[in-house]
Order: sequence, then C-alpha cells, then structure tokens
Amino acid sequence: MKALLSGNEAIARGAYEYGVKVASAYPGTPSSEILKNTAEYKDVIYVEWATNEKVATEVAIGASFGGSRTMTTMKSAGANVACDPLVAFTHTGVHGGFVMVICGDPGMASSSTEQDDRYFAKLARCPILEPSDSQEAKEFVGLALDLSEKFDIPVILRSTTGLSHSKSLVELGERTEHECKGFERNIPKYCLLPAYARKLRTWLLERERLLTEWGNESDINRIEPGCKEIGIISSGVTYQAAKEVMPNASFLKLGMTFPLPMEKIKKFAASVDKLFVVEELEPFIEEHIKAAGIPVIGKEVFPMEGEFTPDRIAAGFIKAGIDLPRWKNMAEIVANPPKSVPRLPVQCAGCPHRGISMAIKKLDLNVCGDIGCYDLITLPPFEHMHTDLEMGGSVGNAIGVNRAGKQDKPTVAVIGDSTFFHSGMTGLLNAAYNKSNLTLLIFNNSITGMTGGQFNPGTEYTLSGVPADPVSIPEICKSLGVKDVQVVDPYDYNACLDALKKATSHDGVSVVMTNRPCMLYPKKYVAPQKCEVVADKCIGCHICLKQCTCPAFELTEQTTDKGKLIPRIKADECVGCTICAQICPKDAIREVK
Amino acid sequence: MTTKSVLLVGVGGQGTILASKLLTTGLMQAGYDVKMSEIHGMSQRGGSVSSQVRYGEKVLSPVIEPGGADILVSFEVMEALRWLNYLKPTGKVIVNQYQLPPMPVITGEAVYAADIIEDLRAHADVTVVNAAAIASELGNPKAMNIVLLGAIIKAMQLTDIDWEQLIRETVKPAFVDLNIKAVHRGMEAVE
Repeated sequence: MKALLSGNEAIARGAYEYGVKVASAYPGTPSSEILKNTAEYKDVIYVEWATNEKVATEVAIGASFGGSRTMTTMKSAGANVACDPLVAFTHTGVHGGFVMVICGDPGMASSSTEQDDRYFAKLARCPILEPSDSQEAKEFVGLALDLSEKFDIPVILRSTTGLSHSKSLVELGERTEHECKGFERNIPKYCLLPAYARKLRTWLLERERLLTEWGNESDINRIEPGCKEIGIISSGVTYQAAKEVMPNASFLKLGMTFPLPMEKIKKFAASVDKLFVVEELEPFIEEHIKAAGIPVIGKEVFPMEGEFTPDRIAAGFIKAGIDLPRWKNMAEIVANPPKSVPRLPVQCAGCPHRGISMAIKKLDLNVCGDIGCYDLITLPPFEHMHTDLEMGGSVGNAIGVNRAGKQDKPTVAVIGDSTFFHSGMTGLLNAAYNKSNLTLLIFNNSITGMTGGQFNPGTEYTLSGVPADPVSIPEICKSLGVKDVQVVDPYDYNACLDALKKATSHDGVSVVMTNRPCMLYPKKYVAPQKCEVVADKCIGCHICLKQCTCPAFELTEQTTDKGKLIPRIKADECVGCTICAQICPKDAIREVK
Repeated sequence: MTTKSVLLVGVGGQGTILASKLLTTGLMQAGYDVKMSEIHGMSQRGGSVSSQVRYGEKVLSPVIEPGGADILVSFEVMEALRWLNYLKPTGKVIVNQYQLPPMPVITGEAVYAADIIEDLRAHADVTVVNAAAIASELGNPKAMNIVLLGAIIKAMQLTDIDWEQLIRETVKPAFVDLNIKAVHRGMEAVE
C-alpha cells in the first residue's frame, strides 16, 4: 500500500518498520513532526519529549547501551546542544542500532541560524545519510540502523525543510521486531578514560575506512548515466531539484555524504567532460573533491546560502555558461515581485504574552530574549526584545549585560516555560550562586507553543498520554536560590506593570512568572465571555488596535460623529482577555457573556 | 505528460491544507506521482501560507519555483498579488473574492488596494470565484476551500476523478453533503 507522507512522517514510519524501541527528542522546526508521528506507534515504541536535545540523545544512547534500536530527532540548533554526547558516542560505538535525525533549515524558514549539519558527521567521524524523498527517508532509517549495528557506530540521518515538510509517495511495509539484546558490560569499550579512549579513537578511524569501502561499493551512492558533457554530484532533496533542471546530465547521487566514496567519485569524474557539485550551504563535498585534485565547479556559481530551489540551481548553471532555455527568463520574473502589504505574524487573540509584552514596552526595559512565540516582542507594536540568540541564552546574556557596567535602564531576561526547562534553569542557578543582578521573566503558557504545542515537564501529560505531575516553576526558582518570585496574571495589565516595577527595583535576583495557558494548545480555547466595542463611547483613537494588534479586531464602515472608523471585535475570535478594555481611555470596550 | 504545478495560497486558517490534501489524495488514487510542499513555521499566526502541489508521471522537485506554476489559486485577494511571480507566463489565476486585511491595514499604517483584481488581469488570465458567497449560500462559509478545490478540478481538467467518493472517505459524515455541493459549485464557477 502506498501513502503520501511528508519526510518527517516517513522517518517516523521507518522507526516503526525497522524496529526502533525507544525514541527521545526535543521539538524544533522542521523536525517536530517526526516524534509526534512516532507516537502513533506508542504501543511498540517508547516515545518521550525530553527536556533538551542533549538529554534526548543521552537517553537514546542509553537505550542503545541497553540493547535496543533507538532514535533521537532534532533541528540543527538542537544538534549543537547534542554534539557533546554524539562525539563521545562515536568513540564507544553502539550496542543496539542508533540513528540521530538532524533536520536542517537552509533558507531559515523557522530558524535563527543557517548551518551545514554534515560537519557534525565529519567532526564526530560517523556516517551521515541524506534521503532525497519520503520513500528514501523511510528506507534510510532502516539502512542507518543496519549500518549502525554492522559498523558499531551511531549514524546521522540528515533531512532539510525541503524534505521534512514536503510529501511524496511511500510504499508501506510491516514492522520487523529487533529483540532487546540486554545491557552489555564492556568497560574498555564504553568508558572513555584516556587509556581506553585512545584505542577507541584508532578503532574509530578504522571503522571510517571500512565505511568508505562500503560506500564505494553500495548502491546508496548511485551513478545515473546521462550525457557525457555534464556530470553532477548531488545529494538529498537538492538532487531532485538539480535533476529537474538538468534531466539529461549524468548524475552521481550520494546517499551517504560522509565518509565520501572517493573511488566512485573519481570514476564518475573521469567519465564526464565537466563536473559540477550541487550542494546547499557549504562546499562540503566540493572541498573533498578538490583536495583529491579533481577539477570541479561548485560554489563559484552556486550560492552558499538559502534553500536550493530549481530556479536558483538553474541560475548557477547559466552562470557557468550552460544554455538553459526553459530557465533563461527566470531572473526577470524573480526580479519583479508584485507589491502587497506584508502579513507579519502577530500574537493570537487572547495570547497570554500580550499584557506582559505591553508592560515591558510601557516601562521601556532592556530585554535579552530567548526562543519561543515571545520572539514576536521583537516586531511591531512592541519592538522591545533587544537580543535574541539561542535556547536558554537570555538568562546568561542578561546577567552579563548587568555585569558589564551600570545600564541606564533595567535589563531583564525573557524566557518561556519549555525553554526554561531546556537550558534556562542552569543560567538562573548561576545568577543566584554568583549573586548577580538579574530579573527573569518566565512567560509560562504551560506548553511548548511555537513548535506546535508539545508537552513538557510543566504540563499535565507526557507525549504517550500518561498523566504527569506538572513541575512548579516558582518552586524550582526558589530551590535554585531566588528569594523574590512573583506570579502574575498576564490578563491583568496593571498587575503586570506593578510586578515588573517591583522586580526591577532592587539588586539581586528576581523572577516574575505569568500563569495563563496558551490559547491554541493543547486545544483551542473557547471562552464563555467576549469583549465588544460600545460604539457611542468610542472616539476612534485606535489605541486598542495599535497597542494590542489583536487579530480579533477589524475595522468596519461605522464611524464616530467626527468621522473616525470604529473598530469591531470579531466574536468568533475574541477570547475575552480584556487587555484592550483595560487600556481603552474612554472605557468603550465591555465584556459580554 | 509534463509535471503540472498547482500553487494554493491564502492566510493561515483558510483551509488551504485540507483542500490540497483532498487534491493530492485524488491525484494519487488516479495513479499520478504526486509531491506536495507546505510552508510551516509561524504561518498559523496570521501569516501568508502556501501549499505547492506537483503531479505527473514522475515528479522530481517538491517545490514550485517563481514562474513555475500552471495555476495559482488564491484563497484571498491580496495573496494572489503576493504570489503572482510564481505563475508561468501562460498560467491561470483563480482568485477568491474575499479579503482578509493584514494587520498594517487594520492599524491604519497601510491601505488595502481596491484595484488588485484589475492588476492581476493586466498580468494573467484571471477567473474570479466568489467562493465565500457560494459557501455562505450553502450554509457554511468555511466550505469556501472546497468550492475553490472544485474550481481547481475544473481548471486543471481533473473532473474524471471520483471526487464525491473521495470526500465521503475523507471528511466527517456531517460535512459530506455540504462538501459535495461545494465542490460542484466550484466546478461550475470555472468555464
């Protein structure tokens, strides 16, 4: 039977069919749907949302030590967090098969950074597989697990947004069970004391040599003969786009891009007149080929950044002097984008982040931000998040700003509940221990919201649907050594202002936590009460519209007696948070049941 | 056959994903190779969304490049303008007569141009479908996505596929009749 699956759904299906028993991950776009879909098979696969990618990887490594097939998934930035256990694990090797899925985001559709994850494979010296469609995404999970067990090495499966979030046809199969082999005691193999680790390092390089031999023989790296004039080496979903542009060229499609099959590459290079490498981001394959002394064209004509859509690949070939009639006018079309008003993302109607965001703006605080929906504070109408780098970074950054010298405005850190659990807690402990000046605002909406509403230690369930004991963030803060911990209702604008003023009025460490849940997750909130505009009180000042930018507002034809448009609140969108009513200077917004 | 590219665009919450899911399932059952790509991320927070559907004997790239769409189906008027550069010079536009003002328009910092459909007509073969009115007439404004699916089916000459059966298999029983009516009204709206 065939099904139309996204790359992420296909990877989850692969985990099922090829006998994975344990899967642990932290969500991150574009990887999040893998574990969500793996949870469909929770009867045979243990699934969990871990607190961060390092922990997820360590749990998956432990499951391998315990003798079962195991998977962890993450986005590129998560792989940075998980890099430490990965590098160690390539030394020890596996017991049960292990696959680490890293989903990159060339073009940064939903990421803060653009990075080429193939370097993790080179750094850790483990194989990396790059499927080009959903069928391969599924099959490569099985191949990764087989290779992992055969060569005693963790294997990375690399996806990118173009694969993870596109659907193509997949032939479904049955699950093959791989029985748990049991925990293996082998101290010289699994304990990285220098004396053992030196031997393991030598053995790691030997395993890489064997994998290179395998790659030279295996059909995973496949020559597709075409015209002799042009040969193209490519991998992943980029291969599909390159084939779209150059259907008649010869191709070497690489399914494994580390270690590279240099013998096969040399043979292919010798069979064509002109050799190209088409690869997104860094010249990873290209550098290896050039180092082998083989002439090849790559980043001279193809960009180092962004997603490789067919038109961008075509532009590279045209730059290299190849005549491509179908793509010739592309530059003109792209150069003339039609004009329209931007549709920037806004906070949802009733978003619990709105009131506290407005209070931050009103008090004009310096804000070190973090990763979550509250990133929207960087955009209008708030524009009050001034730094925003990576998961958990806000806490340390704000500590440092205050250590740098006396600042003219109070500097606070803003973080969400899930990001706090991920890597904000250690920063807060650091602040309390070192007696720093820090006000930490925790936007606790009791869900991992931006990535699609995953559970976390503060929610009432786990991924497999088991009731959890939600952890108390104020209690965590107190036990880390914070004495001033306030909990505030973000639907009470004045209470938000007061809490922020109090927290920033003294030296030392303080925490302000909001306590309203996300409006979308775990299910969309439908409020019994709504707000409405009282037309004969409204003066058309639009303070509500401009300060809230709430999607429940619209403008109608109705005007005040001075001709100003009167806003209307859409009853099917309003959830009655009343923030607009609280800031209306004429008391022209009221609650209705 | 050469690969066909259908670009569905709109605003988060308008049902482009369900429409493209039905479309791709129908195409798959009819024996085509199909690929579909969606824009995710922050789109559900009021952003612009797109679903790219490609079908044929063998589909390679899952994405449609600028200048590559055979048909641009816009669920909202301004979105048609935003994505117009993705249309082939010979391509068709189907636009829903429905406006969702972006936030800068609501807050008064920008204006929703009144003559967008004329602008579109200056560049392409445009069919305006009043899917919102048709869906309201059928009793549920949310069915406008299925009206537009009907319009795509007609415009891409896919009427041989048994869409009624597919709707029965895919949507909740309470909405089957509504959706079947909606898909037919959408087909009738395109010449």
